Amino acid sequence: MVFATVIIVGSFFLIVGTIVSKGFPALSWEMLSEIPSGDFYMGGEGGILNSILGSLYIAAGSSLLALIISVPIVIYINMYLKKSSWMGNLTRLGYDVLFGMPSIVYGAFGFTLMIYLGMRASLLGGIVTVTLLIIPIMVRTMDEVIRTVPKELFDASYSLGATRLETSRVVLKQVAPGILTAVLLAFGRGIGDVASVMFTAGFSNDIPKSLEDPASTLPLAVFNQLSSPVEEVQSRAYAAALVLTIIVLLISISARVLSKRLSKNKI
Amino acid sequence: MNIRLIKDKLAGSTMLILTLASVLLAILVGWGLYYKSLPLLEENSVWDLLSSSVWKPSKGEFGFFAFIMGTLWVTGIAIVIALPLCLLCAIFISEYAHPRLRKIVVPVVDLLSGIPPVVFGVWGVLFVVPLIEDYIAPVFVDYPMGYSVLAGGIVLGVMIFPLIISLLLEVFSAVPKEMRDASLSMGATQWQTVKFVLLRKSKPGIIVSVVLAVSRAFGETIAVLMVCGSVIMVPGSVFDPGYPLPALIANNYGEMLSAPEYESALLFAAFLLFVIIFLFNAISRIVLGRIKRKIE
Amino acid sequence: MTFETPHISVQNLNLYYGANHALKNINIDIPNKKVTSFIGPSGCGKTTLLKTFNRLHDSSLEVRVEGKVLLDGENIYDKNAEVTSIRKKMGLLSQRPFPLPMSIYDNIAYGPRIHGERDRHKLDEIVERHLKDVALWPEVKDRLKSPASRLSIGQQQRLCLARGLAVNPEIILGDEPTSALDPKSTQKIEELFIELKEKYTIVLVTHILRQARRVSDYVAYIYNGEIIEFAPTEELLLNPKQKLTQEYVKGFVS
Repeated sequence: MVFATVIIVGSFFLIVGTIVSKGFPALSWEMLSEIPSGDFYMGGEGGILNSILGSLYIAAGSSLLALIISVPIVIYINMYLKKSSWMGNLTRLGYDVLFGMPSIVYGAFGFTLMIYLGMRASLLGGIVTVTLLIIPIMVRTMDEVIRTVPKELFDASYSLGATRLETSRVVLKQVAPGILTAVLLAFGRGIGDVASVMFTAGFSNDIPKSLEDPASTLPLAVFNQLSSPVEEVQSRAYAAALVLTIIVLLISISARVLSKRLSKNKI
Repeated sequence: MNIRLIKDKLAGSTMLILTLASVLLAILVGWGLYYKSLPLLEENSVWDLLSSSVWKPSKGEFGFFAFIMGTLWVTGIAIVIALPLCLLCAIFISEYAHPRLRKIVVPVVDLLSGIPPVVFGVWGVLFVVPLIEDYIAPVFVDYPMGYSVLAGGIVLGVMIFPLIISLLLEVFSAVPKEMRDASLSMGATQWQTVKFVLLRKSKPGIIVSVVLAVSRAFGETIAVLMVCGSVIMVPGSVFDPGYPLPALIANNYGEMLSAPEYESALLFAAFLLFVIIFLFNAISRIVLGRIKRKIE
Repeated sequence: MTFETPHISVQNLNLYYGANHALKNINIDIPNKKVTSFIGPSGCGKTTLLKTFNRLHDSSLEVRVEGKVLLDGENIYDKNAEVTSIRKKMGLLSQRPFPLPMSIYDNIAYGPRIHGERDRHKLDEIVERHLKDVALWPEVKDRLKSPASRLSIGQQQRLCLARGLAVNPEIILGDEPTSALDPKSTQKIEELFIELKEKYTIVLVTHILRQARRVSDYVAYIYNGEIIEFAPTEELLLNPKQKLTQEYVKGFVS
């Protein structure tokens, strides 16, 4: 058992160690602050700022959008529906399926839908697809958190004559740390996923200026550069992977810290 | 009726619509993929598509057998690696580990879960592939290749560690402490308590964890794609390269829209993934319900 | 036993929990501005009965309620009955205190606020008055903004009582409200009940016979989902008529 634990914990440090040792030497200020020049993918000048920003835009936009959609859904299945009603069960099954659906399926579906609607690969397309991808993550995580709220807290609010809507505000307050964790979890998923944005967000050497512009993303930059035969480009892929890892780890860690801080009013 | 109640009702119906719409999305995705794969299905029987391993898009021959086997190999290896390790690790964390140690291990597992697939892929290319090529494979085969279903399985296995562990920990924490105390106070050893109380009590939860892990592993695209070789063949051993379904879509979709039949074939692959995951979830829910009723 | 103007009148109430017939043909009148206690072994249905009074079973799919509960003569299970205004009339104290996840002040102000009170000064006044009602004011007046969860369990329970009083209920429902408290806090709550019955009708679920005797005017003995006996406190505890009641209170020496 100790052995198994060591392997699992060790694998994390192994991965981070590998990425740091390969990526750090290739990392430079130029990489972070400039957009690619024309022959960047042949080993020319430039950086990956476009991809960093593209990823942040997509992850932030879709997290926000998904939050706005998920919270009402979670409230509805927990506060408005009776316990273990068929509708609640059906919704949860639906979300299990959506949760398990591979991001490549979202990507393919999103792209098909975009063609149907006459949209081209763009920041908006990426945001919408990633939103679809992370809604199930948010709904499931928040649903689990809300289900841990003791029934008596609901009753306490109800017995003061509060409506379900008013009570749900109390409940949301109670689970605020959980919601934050869910959002950051989804943000992390959104920023790191390639398969969903591969076709839908497009690719561009510029920083997107509007929702209709195509946007490059960090994971895609890693993926594309890694398959390059030029060694210098490959090492840039490692550097980009390092940047991505750092961003994601920062998010994970701040999620933990913030959720602890927010717990102070919790019963 | 007062305004608060109207608000409550109004909010309720808005949320109902939103909920229904989102569930409908699941159906819409399934239906959309099915609709798109119709052209392919009209030409070929489902059985032929699934059992043939001839893949010649230019001649209009689409056999998915190699891809399905590729997916099964990689997923199978990942589960074989991850499940025992994670089970032991989760038991250790929840039953044996000192709280201070737990406070270190659990966050690390959480951090691992946040690492993006593409980073796992890079790690696979940099570490797992050379490891297999230089050290493991030469022991067993004559012409060692790093890019193989084994590499895919290892990377995927590590990827699903955190998912399985966090699910298992949740399952274990649902077993009341009193139940363990009852067993321990009868003179059972810690391990006997784990075996007869903890594992027995959490069996349904373990099953569900595995199902969720399998369905996650099934669809993982990028990381596997980067290390498994992408050679269209039915893998004969763990050292052979493979070509899983998601990789097929990722590598070819987007470029092949000019050939409607090819697009249809790729969306059929997506549809297959959808159906498999749908069945997995539905069956696990039914099984869970049965087991729960039995326990009660 | 009947009363001329009962505050709550339960008529032919049956409650099913799935296939389980949890309350069987309950008929009872709860008198106005008195303390009525439900006693009985655990699982007998006393808490279940209490919760039917403010329809807290509504959110459970398995629970089916038949019969009537008249509150001031109106059936709260009527189709047109409006559940939030019914609940507003009744404050609930649960077994363990459950402060809302907010500050002490906001806990008390929560009820008045949702019922439309926005005036800052009035809220201040309401908070102060009800904290005084439960003798909590001196202890917390300097830290009204701190989280309610930081109070001791005993203080939390009094806070919950004050929170319930702040919406001007007519009835207080207590579901073994002292079961999580230490003897001193228990004593405080009991004293409060005796004070509060001047203004409120109080219904109490308890398994402590001494407590029932100390605070209540009437006691109902419930067994296996049925009301076995309902009588003035001293009569039921010291001189029960029914054989089942006799067995239960046997050994109760005052």
